[in-house]
Amino acid sequence: MSDHVTSAAPSASESAERESLPGAAENTGAAPGAKPYATYLLGLADDAMVYAQRLGEWMTNAPQIEEDMALGNIALDLLGQARGLYPYIGSIDGTGRGEDDYAMLRDERRWHNVHLVEQERGDFADEMARLLWFSAYQVELHTALTASADDVVAGVAGKALKEVRYHLDHASLWVVRLGDGTEESHRRMQAALEHVLPHLAELFDHDEASVLAADLEVGVLPSTLHDAVVARVARVVEQATLTLPDGSRWRSRGGRAGIHSRPMGSLLAEMQHIARSHPGATW
Amino acid sequence: MYGNDVIDPNEPLNAAETDAYDAATAHEDQRDAVGDDFEALIAADQRIEPRDAMPDTYRETLIRQIAQHAHSEIIGMQPEGNWITRAPSLRRKAILIAKVQDEAGHGLYLYSAAETLGIDRQELLDRLHDGKQKYSSIFNYPTLTWADCGAIGWLVDGAAIMNQVPLCRCSYGPYARAMIRVCKEESFHQRQGFEILWNLMRGTESQRAMAQDAADRWWWPALAMFGPPDTGEAAKGGHTAQSMAWGIKRFSNDDLRQKFVDMMVPQAEKLGIVLPDPDLRWNPERGHYDFGEVDWDEFWRVLRGDGACNAERIAHRRRAHEEGAWVREAANAYAAKQATREQQQQQKESAA
Repeated sequence: MSDHVTSAAPSASESAERESLPGAAENTGAAPGAKPYATYLLGLADDAMVYAQRLGEWMTNAPQIEEDMALGNIALDLLGQARGLYPYIGSIDGTGRGEDDYAMLRDERRWHNVHLVEQERGDFADEMARLLWFSAYQVELHTALTASADDVVAGVAGKALKEVRYHLDHASLWVVRLGDGTEESHRRMQAALEHVLPHLAELFDHDEASVLAADLEVGVLPSTLHDAVVARVARVVEQATLTLPDGSRWRSRGGRAGIHSRPMGSLLAEMQHIARSHPGATW
Repeated sequence: MYGNDVIDPNEPLNAAETDAYDAATAHEDQRDAVGDDFEALIAADQRIEPRDAMPDTYRETLIRQIAQHAHSEIIGMQPEGNWITRAPSLRRKAILIAKVQDEAGHGLYLYSAAETLGIDRQELLDRLHDGKQKYSSIFNYPTLTWADCGAIGWLVDGAAIMNQVPLCRCSYGPYARAMIRVCKEESFHQRQGFEILWNLMRGTESQRAMAQDAADRWWWPALAMFGPPDTGEAAKGGHTAQSMAWGIKRFSNDDLRQKFVDMMVPQAEKLGIVLPDPDLRWNPERGHYDFGEVDWDEFWRVLRGDGACNAERIAHRRRAHEEGAWVREAANAYAAKQATREQQQQQKESAA
């Protein structure tokens, strides 16, 4: 799954970012005191932030009131993970940016999340398929990151791990209920596993930022998470009497380098428009 | 602390932060002495519990009131839920998600309280979706700007708390206990609404204008939340007298409205918001603020269905419910399969 290697996104400083977009190899403008793995962490924070934004859309739209609460809770956890990382990233990339600078004032090309999390909300089965894969990935990711050489990263991962285990449990229970529920729910859940498939490979891609972070023992090489994540998902899919689809004719690429799919622009427009309409305002 | 730029956390902002809450939540159980008779329990200000005998009309009145309250929480998720994706900062987004989540939770407590009276949630939801039961008419007004999230918290939740604090000593036990918790959480909501407006009023010119506009639009509908006048001549109609005799209602609509106005006017001054009522002034003889008349024609019009969002709120709720039908069916089917499997397993084990 990790055949595609994108180039790095060395956004060492805001000014450097202005000069060259993520993915440009000539970008070398590191600020004094900056740590080189900020871009790697930005990828993790952006995954959590964008998925929190999507999950928040479920509130008042879920199949039952309990689920409005549960998906809201998961959105809050992911938002908390992003908020735990952004100010730290601002302190190590030399820009001193705060959480809202990252969330509200960055253009699409400077976001480093994978395409999986930015996709529009489908039906409830689509969301449970996405949540199953993403939380299985996050369980493995944060388990590995608790051993990070960077204490802040290890701390954020330790807290996140408790949360994402619950997210995985929640998604697993629903995938089993839907897979082994009615004929319709089985059909929809199987279709959802197919829908999510093209967006999975990207989670396990290497790029310059993740290789660098792994070399420094701050981060983890994404490809090393692959087998354990697939094993976790496969167990649930089997219990749900579903089939894990193999292979997709196409796959998404480029999220970590700021190349996004169509839904990302609309997501950011909605999320950022009030903050951007009132420059310099505090809320 | 007045006149500075700091919100004093010790100063009460709503009825759940005053002595009224402590008084309403203090309950002395004297059931052993009073016995189980409904009238005797009511006369002694004791709580009626689900298994007690109670008049059918008491049961029906409570089902209607608790259901309407539950529906209001669920429909009330929409006006602010509308702003979750657009909250202007991550802190605001987190608080708003938590608030809308609390409202879902309040809906669940209340549906559970109603279920103790022998009706199930599904039936109550059907009545909501079919327009046979109502929700608070305040949610038929639109949330046009971010400041509306502040105004709803400050005014709408503030008015709701004023109504709900006396319900903490409602004669029906499960409802009273639900209200004790709901009021505490609503108190946080009201405080966050005040804080949103506080920040806006200390922000840019356009932020201040946004806050004032929201207060202009929400002030009168918030006053209407206490219901039509029910003192003096108006007291002859409606449910007030019976509900008071049963200990379901403790104060008249007009009393609660007055308490609310008296509490909010100083807060508006602190915020720097001008309340949209030319007749609003302190009356030293009464020891209360005088205020103008709610537009009751508008109130009845919106209540009858002709408000900006009546159709939208129910359509949204019905759509979410209908779109989720296959999920709920699947969960039921899975639970039934699991029960059968467990039964078969037990039979196998006992045969072996």
